[in-house]
Amino acid sequence: MADPLIKLRGVTKVYGSGPTAFAALKGVDLDIMEGDFVAVMGPSGSGKSTTMNILGCLDVPSAGSFRFRGHPVEALDRDQRALLRRKYFGFVFQGFNLLARTSALENVELPLVYRGDGKAERREVAMAALEKVGLADWWDHTPAELSGGQQQRVAIARAIVTSPKVLLADEPTGNLDSERSVEIMELLSGLNRDAGITVLMVTHEPDMAAFARTVVHFKDGLVDRIERGARTALPANT
Amino acid sequence: MLGTTFLLALRSISRHKLRSFLTTLGIVIGVGAVVAMVTLGKATTAAVQQQISALGTNVLQIRPGQGFGRGGGGPRPPDFSPEDVTAIREQIAGVKAVAPQAQASATAIFEGANWSTTINGTTSAYFEAQPWPLTRGRIFTTAEEASGKAVCIIGSTVQSNLFRGTRAVGQRFRIGNVSCDVIGTLSTRGQAGFGGDQDDVVIMPVKTVQRRFTGTTDVRMILVGVDQAWSTRQVQSSITDLLRERRHIDPGEEDNFNIFDTRQISDTLTGTTTLLTRIVAAVAAISLVVGGIGIMNIMLVSVTERTREIGIRLAIGAVAGEVLLQFLVEAVVLSCLGGLIGLVVAQLVIIVAAPLMQVPFIFDPVINLVAFAISAVIGVVFGYFPARRAASLNPIDALRHE
Repeated sequence: MADPLIKLRGVTKVYGSGPTAFAALKGVDLDIMEGDFVAVMGPSGSGKSTTMNILGCLDVPSAGSFRFRGHPVEALDRDQRALLRRKYFGFVFQGFNLLARTSALENVELPLVYRGDGKAERREVAMAALEKVGLADWWDHTPAELSGGQQQRVAIARAIVTSPKVLLADEPTGNLDSERSVEIMELLSGLNRDAGITVLMVTHEPDMAAFARTVVHFKDGLVDRIERGARTALPANT
Repeated sequence: MLGTTFLLALRSISRHKLRSFLTTLGIVIGVGAVVAMVTLGKATTAAVQQQISALGTNVLQIRPGQGFGRGGGGPRPPDFSPEDVTAIREQIAGVKAVAPQAQASATAIFEGANWSTTINGTTSAYFEAQPWPLTRGRIFTTAEEASGKAVCIIGSTVQSNLFRGTRAVGQRFRIGNVSCDVIGTLSTRGQAGFGGDQDDVVIMPVKTVQRRFTGTTDVRMILVGVDQAWSTRQVQSSITDLLRERRHIDPGEEDNFNIFDTRQISDTLTGTTTLLTRIVAAVAAISLVVGGIGIMNIMLVSVTERTREIGIRLAIGAVAGEVLLQFLVEAVVLSCLGGLIGLVVAQLVIIVAAPLMQVPFIFDPVINLVAFAISAVIGVVFGYFPARRAASLNPIDALRHE
C-alpha cells in the first residue's frame, strides 16, 4: 500500500493556556490517500474545522506529527507553509471570500500572481480554470454581479488554477440552496475524478457528504469513526 | 512581482478615489508649502541681490559721520574737500573712478508742473564708478564740467512727474533759480534696498551745484568705483588710512567718516532673507510630517478594513513579505502622488504669488526633487508600520474577520 498523502499522528491543538486552556484536538490520527474525496463531518466544536486548518497549513498543531507527502510540516516556518499552500493547496470557503470590486478573472489570477507567472500566461491559465467551472463568459463580472453559486464556482476556479494536489473546502455549500449545492458538489466530484485532485470537505449536510468516497466523523476533538467506500449513501436524517 | 504589486496599489487607490485624495492631502499641502516657500524665498533673495547689484557691487560710498547706529552727539564732522577727492584718485591703488557728490534740494518747474527733488552734483566719473545706463541723450563733457554749465541728466521719477511722457532731452526747465538744459535721461533703478527712490534725482556737474546751490567747494559724499581685480575690503582700508591722515584723526580716535561697501550690504541682506526662508521652510516641513501621520492613519484603517482580503491572500499562498510589500507600495504610491500634486500646486502658487511679491518667477529643480524624495521617504516610514501589521496577521483570524 502506498504512503498516504497526508498523515496525522497524535495531533493535538490547545487554545489558550493555564486554567482557561481549551483542547480543540485531543490526539487525532488520520491518513488521507492521494486522489480521495473525503467529507469531514461532526457537530460544532468537534474539531473538524481545526483539523482542516492544520491540514491546510493555515495553523500548526500544538503537538503530534503532520506529514505531507512524507515531509514533516510542523518543522516549517510561516513563510515555508505559505509556499507549501501556494504550490499544493487550493481553498474554497463557505463565504466564497472573493476580492470585492475585482473581476472574476482577476480573482482567479491572484494565486498565479503570487506564483510569479507572466501576464499572458496568467490570463490563459485563469481563463482555462473559469472554463472548467463553466463561467468563461462571466470573466469580467465582479462578485457583486454574480449569484452565490457563480461566486462559489469562481472561488473553485481560483482554488484549482494552480493545479493543486489538495482542495480544501470548508462548508462550500453552506450558503447555497440545494440545487446550487448539488451543482457545486458535482463540480468538486468531477475535479476529483478527472483531474485527480484530492478533495477534503467539511460539511454538515449528509446529502453533500454522500458525494464523498470517505467520510470522517469527528467527536469531542477526536476521530470518531471513518466510513470508506464509494458513495457511502448515508441515511438522510431528514 | 514588484510591477504587479505596483499595479495592485494603483488599482486599490483608484477604487477609493476620495479616500486616497483625503489621505494624501496632507502631503500635497506639505510638499506644496515647502516648495512654494523655499522658491519664493530664493526669488526674494535674488530680487534683493539684483537691486543691490544695480547699485554696483564694487562701489564704495564715503560719507562724513559714523555710519548707521553709532555716533550721535558732538559737532558735525566736516565734509570732504576737493583735495580729498584728488588724493583718493591719485594715491589709492585699485580705484577705477572717483566721483564727488555735492547734494542740494530744490523744486523743479516745467510748463506749470513742479516737483521737489534732489540735486546731485558730480562728474562723469559717477557713471564710470557704477552702472547706470541712460535711456536717451549723453553724459557731461569735460568742458561742461570745467565751466560749470547748467546741464542736467534727470532720473525717471523726475522725468515722469515733470515732463509727463513728453520727450525731455533738449528741453529747458527751471530748478531753484537756475535754468537748466536736459541732456540725458536715466533708466529706472527702482527703490533702493534701504529706502528712498533712487530715480527722484537731477544730476548736474559738480561745479554748477557748488556755485549755484551749495556755495562751497566741499562735497557731502564721494563715490569710488573699485577695479574688478581688487578687493573692496583692501581698497576700503587704504582709503580709511588716507582719510584719517588727511582729516587729522589721532590713533585710537574713531573715524569721523564712514565707508559703505555695497557688497557688505548685499551679503547682510542675502543672509537675512536666506534665514527667513529657512524658518518658513521649517514650518512648512512640519505640515509634511503631519501629512505622513495622516497616511499612516488611513493605512491602519485600511489594514483593518481589508483584514479578510489579507486573509485570502495569505491563504492562497502569499508570504508575509509580499503582503508587507503590497501595503508599503500602496503607501509610497499614495505619498508620491501627493508629492507630485504638491509640486504642481507649488508652481501654481509661485506663478500667482511671484508678481504680487514683485519677485522673479524661478523654478528650482533641486528643491522640487528634494521635496518629492521626502514625500517618498514619508511613504516608506509611515507606511511600514501598518504594512507590517497587515503582514503579521494570522490567516485564520484574518479570514474569520467580519
